[in-house]
Amino acid sequence: MRFVLERFAHNAVALLAVTTILFFMFRLMPGTPLAAYINENLSAEQQQLILEQFGLDKPMWQQYLIYLANLVRGEMGMSFFQKRPVIDVLLETLPNSLILTLTSLTIAYVFGVLAGAWLAWKRGSWVEGAAVPVVLATRAAPEFWIGMVLLAVLSFNFGWFPSGGASSPGMIYTSEWQRIFSLDYLHHLVLPVLTLAVYLQGLPLLLMRSNMLEVMHEEFVTMARMKGFSEWRIVIRHAARNALLPVVTAFALGIGLSMGGNVVVETVFSWPGIGRMLVLAVANLDYPLAQGAFLMIALVLAIMNFVADMLYMALDPRVTHGRKA
Amino acid sequence: MAERLEAAPRALRPGRRVAIVALLRRLAAMPLRDPFAFAGLLIYALFVLVAIFADQLAPVPPLEILFTGTGKLAANVPPGTEFPLGTTNLGRDIYAQLVHGSRSALAVGLSAAIVVSSVGTIVGLVAGYFGGGVDSLLMRIADMALSLPFLPFVIVLTGFLGASTTNIVLAVALLLWPNSARVIRSQVLTLRERAYVEAARVTGASRWRILFVHIAPNIMPLSFVYAAIAIGWAIITEASVSFLGFGDSTSVSWGYMLQDAFSSQALSRGQYAWFVPPGLCIILVVVAGFFISRGYEEVFMPRLRGR
Repeated sequence: MRFVLERFAHNAVALLAVTTILFFMFRLMPGTPLAAYINENLSAEQQQLILEQFGLDKPMWQQYLIYLANLVRGEMGMSFFQKRPVIDVLLETLPNSLILTLTSLTIAYVFGVLAGAWLAWKRGSWVEGAAVPVVLATRAAPEFWIGMVLLAVLSFNFGWFPSGGASSPGMIYTSEWQRIFSLDYLHHLVLPVLTLAVYLQGLPLLLMRSNMLEVMHEEFVTMARMKGFSEWRIVIRHAARNALLPVVTAFALGIGLSMGGNVVVETVFSWPGIGRMLVLAVANLDYPLAQGAFLMIALVLAIMNFVADMLYMALDPRVTHGRKA
Repeated sequence: MAERLEAAPRALRPGRRVAIVALLRRLAAMPLRDPFAFAGLLIYALFVLVAIFADQLAPVPPLEILFTGTGKLAANVPPGTEFPLGTTNLGRDIYAQLVHGSRSALAVGLSAAIVVSSVGTIVGLVAGYFGGGVDSLLMRIADMALSLPFLPFVIVLTGFLGASTTNIVLAVALLLWPNSARVIRSQVLTLRERAYVEAARVTGASRWRILFVHIAPNIMPLSFVYAAIAIGWAIITEASVSFLGFGDSTSVSWGYMLQDAFSSQALSRGQYAWFVPPGLCIILVVVAGFFISRGYEEVFMPRLRGR
C-alpha cells in the first residue's frame, strides 16, 4: 500500500511539474502575457470573461494558482479559432485517439507476443535470422512514412480504404456509440490502425523473444522438463506466462507513449484525434487549445505510467516493495 | 596495510594501461566478431561519404527548378536516365534532394548525439559519484523530463520558438539526456565502490580527478551506445517535425522531401520514387544505430553475449 501511494505521489508530482513548465512556456510566447489566452478572434464579451476567469491582470504567482484551480475544474479557456471552450474540443477528440491507440496496441501486442514466442522457439534458424532485422526495420521507420506507403498502395492504388477522416461526408449519427460502431467508422479506422500496429509490434515481439530465451534456461523450466511435460506445454504454461510480465507493463506504458506519437499518424490520415488537434492548434497559434491538448496527452501518459507501476507490482510475485519478507 | 597502500599506485598504473589496451582491442575486434555491428559501421561510413561528396554525386542543386529541352517545366518526370528518381511537381531533381538530405541528417544526428551523450554522461557521473542532494535533485529533473510527452513537446517548442534545426536538436536533447544519465549513474554507483577507486582515494587523488580520470573512461562505451541511439532518434524526430510542417524550410532533409511529396499529392499519383527512398534512408541510418549499440552492449555487457 505504501508503494501504491508512493508511485501515485511520484506521478502526480511529475504531472504537476509538466503543467508548471507549460504555464511558463506559454507565457514566454511572443506577444503580451495575455496572448496565451486572448486574441482578437474572440468577441469582446468572451475576452472580458477570460480576463476575469484567469485573473490575467493579476501578478504572475496569482495567475499560476488560478491556472491550477481552473485546470482542476477542466477550465482551459476558449479556443481562438473554434471559438468554443477548449475542454469541449478535447472531450470530442479524445475518444477518437483512445480508440485508435487501444485498437492498434491490442493488435500489435497480440501479434508481437505470439510471433516473439515463436521466434524464440525457432532460435538459430534462418527464419529467426531473417525476421529480426525486418522487425528492427519496422521499429526504425518513421511512423508517418509507414502510413504514407500504406495510403499510397491500399487507398490510392487499390482503392480498398478511404484516404482520410473518420466518417464519409453526409453521414449523420444519432449517438456517439452508433457512430463508433458503424461500419463506416471502422472502415476509416483500418489504415491508421494498421500503420500504428506495424510500428508498435516490434517492441513486444523483441521483448517477448528475449524474455523467452531467458526464461527457458530457468530452473522451473528445467523442472518441468524433468517432470516429462511436452515441449508445447512447457512453452505455453511455464515459460510464456513468466516471459509475458514485462510485456504487460510495456503495454500500459505504450498507451501513454503512443498517445504522444500518434500525432504524426493522425495527421497523415486526417484522423480527428487529439494529436492532430495539437498540430493544428500550434500551426494556427491557437495557444489555449495547444496548451489543453498537450496537457491532455501528458495526463494520459501520467495515468498510464501509474497503471504500469501497479501492474508490475501486482503481476510479479518476486517484487515485494517495502514489505518485510 | 601501510605497505599495501604504498604499493597501490605503482601496481595500478601498468594494470590500467593493460586494461585500456585490452579495451581498445575489444573495440577494434568488435565489428569483426559481430556482423551486425560491422554492418552498422559500414552503413554509417557510406552515409558520411555520400554527405561529403554530395556535390559530386548530384551536381544539380536540390532546390533548382529544372526545365526540359523545349523550355517546359520538367514537372513529375518519371525516373529515367536523366533523373534517376524523377522530378517533383515543381521540377526539382529528387535524386539530388535525396543525396543532399544526407547532410542535413548527419548534422542533426551528430549534433544531437554529442549534446545528449555529453549532458547525459556529465549528469550521470556527477549524480552517481557525489550522491546525496545533488543526486536526488538531478534525478527529479530527469523524471520530469521523462514525463513530458516526446513529440508533442518538440512540436510545441519548435512551433513557437521558430522552425530551425537548432531548436529541433535542442528539444531532442532536452528530452533524451535523462535516459543516458540514469544508466550511467547506476554504472558509476558500482564503479565508485571498486578497489582501484578506493586505492586512488587513499593516495589522495581529488574527487574530480577520480571522477574524470578513473571513473569516466570506464563509462565511455555506454556514452557511445546512447550517442548511437540519439542519432537515430534525432533523425526520426527531425523528419516527423518537418513532416508536420514545423521544420526548417531552408534545408533539404528527408523529412522535408516526405512532407513535400505528401502535400503535393505524390501519393495519389503513385510517385513511389519520390517518397519511398527517403524513408528507406531513414530506416537504414536508424537501424545502423541499433546494430552498433547492440554490438557494443555485447562487448561490454558480456552477460548478453550469445543470446
